[in-house]
Amino acid sequence: MRYLPLTPADRSDMLAAVGAKSVDELFNDVPASARLPGKVAGLPDHLGELEVERAFQAYAAKNVSPSTAPFFIGAGAYRHHVPSTVDYMIQRGEFLTSYTPYQPEITQGTLQYLFEFQTQVSLLTGMEVANASMYDGSTAASEAVLMANRITRRTKALISGGLHPHYRAIIETTAHWQGYSAVSAKADAEGLEELIAKVDKETSCVVVQNPSFFGHVRDFTKLAAACHAAGALLIVVVTEVVSLGLIKPPGEMGADIVVCEGQSIGNGLGFGGPYVGLFATRDKYVRQMPGRLVGETVDADGKRGFVLTLSTREQHIRREKATSNICTNAGLCALAFTVHLTLLGEAGFRRLAELNHAKASELADRVAALPGVKLLNDSFFNEFTVRLPKPAAPVVEALAERRILAGVPVSRLIPDDPSVANLLLLAATETATEAGMAPLIAGLKEVL
Amino acid sequence: MADTKYTEEHEWIRVEGDVGTIGITQYAQEQLGDVVFVDVPQAGRKVAKGEACAVVESVKAASDIYAPVTGEVVEANAALADSPGDVNAEPMGKGWFFKIKLSDKGELSGLMDEAAYTDFVKSLG
Amino acid sequence: MVQSLDRSQGRSGGIAAGTSNNPTFTGNRALQIEEPLIFEMGQPGRCGVDLPEPPKVKDRLNGLKRAGEIGLPGLSEPQVVQHYTRLSQKNYAIDMGVYPLGSCTMKHNPRINEKVARLPGIGDLHPLQPVSTVQGALELIDRLAHWLKTLTGMPAVAMSPAAGAHGEMCGMMAIAAALEARGERAKRRVVLAPESAHGTNPATAAALGFTVKPIPANDRGRVDLTALKAALGPDVAAIMLTNPNTCGLFETEIVEISRAVHEAGAFFYCDGANFNAIVGRVRPGDLGVDCMHINLHKTFSTPHGGGGPGAGPVVLSAALAPYAPYPWIVKDGDTWRVAEDGAAVDGKPLGRLKAFHGQMGMFTRALSYIMSHGADGLKQAAEDAVLSANYVMASLQDVMTPAFEGPCMHEALFDDSFLKDTGVSTLDFAKAMIDEGYHPMTMYFPLVVHGALLIEPTESQAKEDLDLFIGALRSLAERAKSGTAAEDFKAAPRFAPRRRLDETLAARKPVLRWRPSNNPPEGDPMKQAAE
Repeated sequence: MRYLPLTPADRSDMLAAVGAKSVDELFNDVPASARLPGKVAGLPDHLGELEVERAFQAYAAKNVSPSTAPFFIGAGAYRHHVPSTVDYMIQRGEFLTSYTPYQPEITQGTLQYLFEFQTQVSLLTGMEVANASMYDGSTAASEAVLMANRITRRTKALISGGLHPHYRAIIETTAHWQGYSAVSAKADAEGLEELIAKVDKETSCVVVQNPSFFGHVRDFTKLAAACHAAGALLIVVVTEVVSLGLIKPPGEMGADIVVCEGQSIGNGLGFGGPYVGLFATRDKYVRQMPGRLVGETVDADGKRGFVLTLSTREQHIRREKATSNICTNAGLCALAFTVHLTLLGEAGFRRLAELNHAKASELADRVAALPGVKLLNDSFFNEFTVRLPKPAAPVVEALAERRILAGVPVSRLIPDDPSVANLLLLAATETATEAGMAPLIAGLKEVL
Repeated sequence: MADTKYTEEHEWIRVEGDVGTIGITQYAQEQLGDVVFVDVPQAGRKVAKGEACAVVESVKAASDIYAPVTGEVVEANAALADSPGDVNAEPMGKGWFFKIKLSDKGELSGLMDEAAYTDFVKSLG
Repeated sequence: MVQSLDRSQGRSGGIAAGTSNNPTFTGNRALQIEEPLIFEMGQPGRCGVDLPEPPKVKDRLNGLKRAGEIGLPGLSEPQVVQHYTRLSQKNYAIDMGVYPLGSCTMKHNPRINEKVARLPGIGDLHPLQPVSTVQGALELIDRLAHWLKTLTGMPAVAMSPAAGAHGEMCGMMAIAAALEARGERAKRRVVLAPESAHGTNPATAAALGFTVKPIPANDRGRVDLTALKAALGPDVAAIMLTNPNTCGLFETEIVEISRAVHEAGAFFYCDGANFNAIVGRVRPGDLGVDCMHINLHKTFSTPHGGGGPGAGPVVLSAALAPYAPYPWIVKDGDTWRVAEDGAAVDGKPLGRLKAFHGQMGMFTRALSYIMSHGADGLKQAAEDAVLSANYVMASLQDVMTPAFEGPCMHEALFDDSFLKDTGVSTLDFAKAMIDEGYHPMTMYFPLVVHGALLIEPTESQAKEDLDLFIGALRSLAERAKSGTAAEDFKAAPRFAPRRRLDETLAARKPVLRWRPSNNPPEGDPMKQAAE
């Protein structure tokens, strides 16, 4: 077997050194009732690479790849072009197969790129400090609420009706099992929700999303002020991080914690994961922030270097008093993010954002011109909501049969609210083309 | 320091009038290594004897500090925010953590005096 | 403060300063390049991506267009490639050799995993595409689920947790859900865990409102069964055990433990971090576990990537299966569907723990590895892992001090008795390994052993590489014990891209990002050495 270097002669020598007659002796502690006569039954034996590849090609053949069809799906994960450099850099063995940088002397590569990443995230979000990444935006949002609860010593979180339904569900799940309360506003398809009146002295935080799940772009400065007046924190979620190239960042609106889904930069769609959570806050809250942190220091020769720091927040030291149980970060996905963002730079990132907005603007106008279709958004970045004259889910199915991936019916993520049944979420990134838009418009015309 | 008493958790308390100054001992700071951060309780906070009320952090450890007596916190050592290293340099002096106004001076008799604490540390090996 | 204070891990006493011999103009040392930050390299007018000019459109941004500079540096593509390539050369990695981190299972990361994960039609799918367009993806996930259930002998698996700790949260939430369904959530608030448990275990339990009570180990390094039975009662929700445990030992009495736990009305959570010792040979379901998270990035070779991403699917017993979180991948006749929040399923999902469906990229890689090994190869891998660890233990036990008697499983645990009175700490010993060309083993974990050194060679090392590694450790142990080498050890590492770093300074004066005004952090290594 190609992954196993030990030969029968090696094993024999090693057993002799150990003083065991067979490897079975080394498993003597296994209770008799759990000893199997041989390998686990009901599973095939090993395969060479050719057969493994064929098996996966067979899986792939049963799927419709976005690169082969008109594609307008967003809803928290966005199709962007990732430059070739990124995928090659992250596959360098020194990055791919290295571990958490617990021994900083021989992991300065990882530590330095994470320090650069932390800086990039702070700059994008307009915040003072950021961590070295979380699993993804959705779990980061839940951790942000827990952090707000710790800081304010309150247990009531207010959740905007503009927050991605999966993110809301995770916060509600965590609230239920970890013993705090999450009060969720109803779905805010029109982007008109007002939360200020709901903030009181029991509120630990308000969680909003910008652009919202339905695409609306809003100013949360007044809401931030209202939160602070009541001793609560404002958490802003950004599921499309490219939007920060064109829209005022949450840090400039008074946000206390900003969490983002970083998938759009450097990381493909991947059928939902792995992604990369960005987490940023104010300096004064840094000791309550979960996740890993890289800090700058010097070595014994006085040279600048980087180390994991403020580790006493984390589970391996604080155990039951930790800020979170989290152990891993998004590692390689954070590297992909930072390499892509470095390639883009200031000018490239802003231009990418403008391209996205331009494509979505064009698509919005064309879709809104269809009879019976109403565009709900006055503002959006690269995704918007339209109300169709009939339920959206069957429309999307019908277009899928024509190999057109026509966005997401809102009812898929909000199944129990009849008022959203006719709503369709459409996204257009820099990858959208005329060759994609024309069939979408034609298909919608036909099906509606 | 006749007025200094010690706990088995390696805290010391030095009482003047009805206010006690509290810190950690030389032994404790040696065991901890370089102190990087001290989380001290706010003035006004009421604490019970044995209640965890502060945290001292080194690079690789975080230890709770327990109030040796019941009372109200009257002052915390603000200088520790900028120089946590004071705890290592002068644990019995400028590295103090906070001051408590005692509600029951009788609790002091349950604590060790210097000789008893010295013996206690020896017994830890 | 608590009794066992010595967690300074050899750090007290400052860093021994070194001297820089033979300076070069650049400060570089041949292939070791001193690399600036991107913020120190960028120039306006440089960009590493060619994007078309955006058409002029009227902004529909609600007047919230971003004003002012973001502050991102501009670099060309060649500069970006050079920067990250030079950074990569400062990292040790599995691809370079023995990476003996106990508890982390640093086995070979096959590149075919990377290839299949990137196939068009797998790597580029959107999770919310209509289900009819992703049947192959759902079948793939289901196939991996089948392998995981069969290997563990468990009837169900929750696939969505993003990492081991996330899987622990999922498993413990499922237990809380089962207790709630029984009306016992308020009554059963205690979770038992050994003192040797990984920090994520008590952190997870405490987050869910449980009080964690430690169970002591016996002198054979296993859970003290008598103490456990005494601690069980109507207030206990669960026990959290790792098996093999964090000392690298199989819990001999595990069947008796699970029986006692179940009789007391509690659940058995198993931390699957050490599954590599028994995969393909022993099924945790046969040992009585109720749930176990599996670290795909440990046992199933998905790459560690410098700290992530991971994946932590959780296998579940029949008692806990109904509570698995959304989404459920369900087969209806010939087709798969995704049962999402609120959908009717044969159970009562505890909620949702992650957006979308889970770490598909890790599923693909793990399945590729599993198919490559097969049932026969996985069993052989576990046996080779256990044999290699015992070989290391047997080859070092005369110069280093094993913490426990008898054979170990896939990892060998030593304590620092062999370093007593040498002036060399576990930390110093580890730093000296770096100069020998190895990443140090896990140190100071588990906490129950003084100055722990935990070595997990995995099944991926050739015997001759193990022999060289063993030889290096023997040499270091003997030098340490000579009693005259303490200064040398304290000055290690000498040859790495960086010498020992001042972690105290990093924690006292955190500098967590670059700013234009960053001065070099205060800290005079010469002064520290003199203190």
